[in-house]
Amino acid sequence: MARNPVTWLGTPAFPVAAKKALTDTQLRRNLRKATTTIRGKRSLAVGELPDWEDLRRAGEAVKNEVLSNLDSYLERLERSVTARGGIVHWARDAAEANEIVLRLTKAAGADEVVKVKSMATAEIGLNEALEAGGVTAIETDLAELIVQLGKDRPSHILVPAIHRNRSEIKEIFRREMPDAPATLSDEPRELAEAARAHLRRKFLTAKVAVSGANFAVADTGSVVVVESEGNGRMCLTLPQTLITVMGIEKLVPSWRDLEVFFQLLPRSSTAERMNPYTSVWTGVTPGDGPQEFHLVLLDNGRTATLADEVGRAALRCIRCSACLNVCPVYERTGGGAYGSVYPGPIGAILTPQLMGNLQDKQTASLPFASSLCGACFDACPVRIDIPKILVHLRGKVVSAKGKRGPEAIAMSALAWVMRDPKRFAAAQRAGSLGRFVAKGGRIGRLPWPGSKWTDSRDLPVPPAESFRAWWRRTRG
Amino acid sequence: MASSASRAEVLRRIRIALRDNPQPAPIPRDYDVSRDLGDLIDVFAERVADYRAIVHRVRAERLTVWIDGLLEARGAQRMIAPTDLPEDWLSPDVEWQRDSPPLSIDAMDSSDGVLTACAVGIAETGTIVLDAGVGQGRRALTLLPDYHLCVVRAEQVVGTVPEALARLDPVRPLTFISGPSATSDIELDRVEGVHGPRTLEVIIVQD
Repeated sequence: MARNPVTWLGTPAFPVAAKKALTDTQLRRNLRKATTTIRGKRSLAVGELPDWEDLRRAGEAVKNEVLSNLDSYLERLERSVTARGGIVHWARDAAEANEIVLRLTKAAGADEVVKVKSMATAEIGLNEALEAGGVTAIETDLAELIVQLGKDRPSHILVPAIHRNRSEIKEIFRREMPDAPATLSDEPRELAEAARAHLRRKFLTAKVAVSGANFAVADTGSVVVVESEGNGRMCLTLPQTLITVMGIEKLVPSWRDLEVFFQLLPRSSTAERMNPYTSVWTGVTPGDGPQEFHLVLLDNGRTATLADEVGRAALRCIRCSACLNVCPVYERTGGGAYGSVYPGPIGAILTPQLMGNLQDKQTASLPFASSLCGACFDACPVRIDIPKILVHLRGKVVSAKGKRGPEAIAMSALAWVMRDPKRFAAAQRAGSLGRFVAKGGRIGRLPWPGSKWTDSRDLPVPPAESFRAWWRRTRG
Repeated sequence: MASSASRAEVLRRIRIALRDNPQPAPIPRDYDVSRDLGDLIDVFAERVADYRAIVHRVRAERLTVWIDGLLEARGAQRMIAPTDLPEDWLSPDVEWQRDSPPLSIDAMDSSDGVLTACAVGIAETGTIVLDAGVGQGRRALTLLPDYHLCVVRAEQVVGTVPEALARLDPVRPLTFISGPSATSDIELDRVEGVHGPRTLEVIIVQD
């Protein structure tokens, strides 16, 4: 089977990538500024709704309902979309989805597609697949455009160019955008204006657009795209053919359920009361918008994720990125270190499950990219208990290594020590020797095999005397 | 055919994945469907303006005078009108292009603006919803012109998002508009004016 492109080939395991990212002071400054801004705004936007916790519980329950009956909701969606003139396709994996989109684009007589930002199409590597098939994909979201022009990789779910500051963006535009004004400054307003001018012709002449979907309503067949700039509306309205690639978990049962998510999503992601534009369309509307609509339902590891009774909660994710913005690890390493289109806390649980290969060192390192502080769970609008799933996946990673893995050997050694009180007391005395390598109350480096632990962590200094020793001395 | 095999395979995988037969809890609808927000029109006007849209409140009998005045102040000469826009909204001093027969993309793109009605206003979020109903036209009409002048009648304004969705028919093409087009893609700071209309002007009509 082909490799799942959800992770980037050749990315080192998280600790290695993180160490490198941490030395990039510009990156750290950019991220700290952006995440601090958005955290402040989000807490204001969330604090404005007195029923926020009730909305979160409703959002969680709606998604659980969908996941528990996913087959029948998908069949219902397929019937509704078809009844309204849309065409539904099913794709088992990335390669199949890419092949469908390429075939439909060529059938529409196009060698170029305009795209509105979509995690699903980023996950399957659609742009690269189209390129290989002779079709140029033009990203129209400002941040995606910055990433595409900068020959860069996305580092955030909502704002893929979050690692770039305004002056870096100005440089990229000046270098890569032939029609950028010579006087372009780093004023965000001017940068946005340059993008508007650059993409205008493309929008007006495109025959085919490709989008993702934030939600789809099983009962009515309605599909929803939530956006800010209007590039989504351009893609969803102007071309003759619209191809939407949607993960199979993006469903809600009925129209009414969206009243929950239209409140949860904008306040969690861009920290606004409402995002500038939300588009809802159902199949084909004669005389309004694309007259050919294709909906590609994508599995690509989702059914395997669904099979894990603990891990399946990750499929509730609505891609708001609140967990990234509050994560102390993400804030310091940035998204690049995760080596996947899904970075941050949600990426650490989603990517390994979509990949389904815990033998892969990079994939297996992701559930450990967390201090388990729990800020992500508190921020999650659909109450995904990310720390719990991280721990669960860590367990699976360790089991996948089998009886000869370092954890298994360490644990069986520990079991041997703890089975006998004398051995245990001796081990505790030996542990106190750690005091001799400590500096300033911390142990920064232990000799091998302890170095395996201390390479990425400090240890507190062990006490001079264990509790058992103290008890014997004072009460014995 | 490959497609039907893929369909069967995805559905089969789902059924296997759900062999534990999960029993989801009933959906708790404890959140507020409506909420006391005070004067809805005050809140709506304030929150639409918060997105840096321009908001006016006028009495019904003054509506056409206001439309004339705003278009004149803007220097608009060629405006677009949905086919069924009320005749008396069309200022005599402006060249109006009705969308019938359908206007070309270039005609929409090169106009000075578009005037529409709307379907619903949401006070709490400062949102206007278009549903391609009377006086609104197809979606492209309010997208390509750089200026959108939208008339909202006071009785169209509801308090909350749930109240708005209850009034809307999801199988119509819907556009929820909250302020002029904007982006947060540069350092997560909101900047107005990208691909959609860069100026959104709203007239709230009260009797």
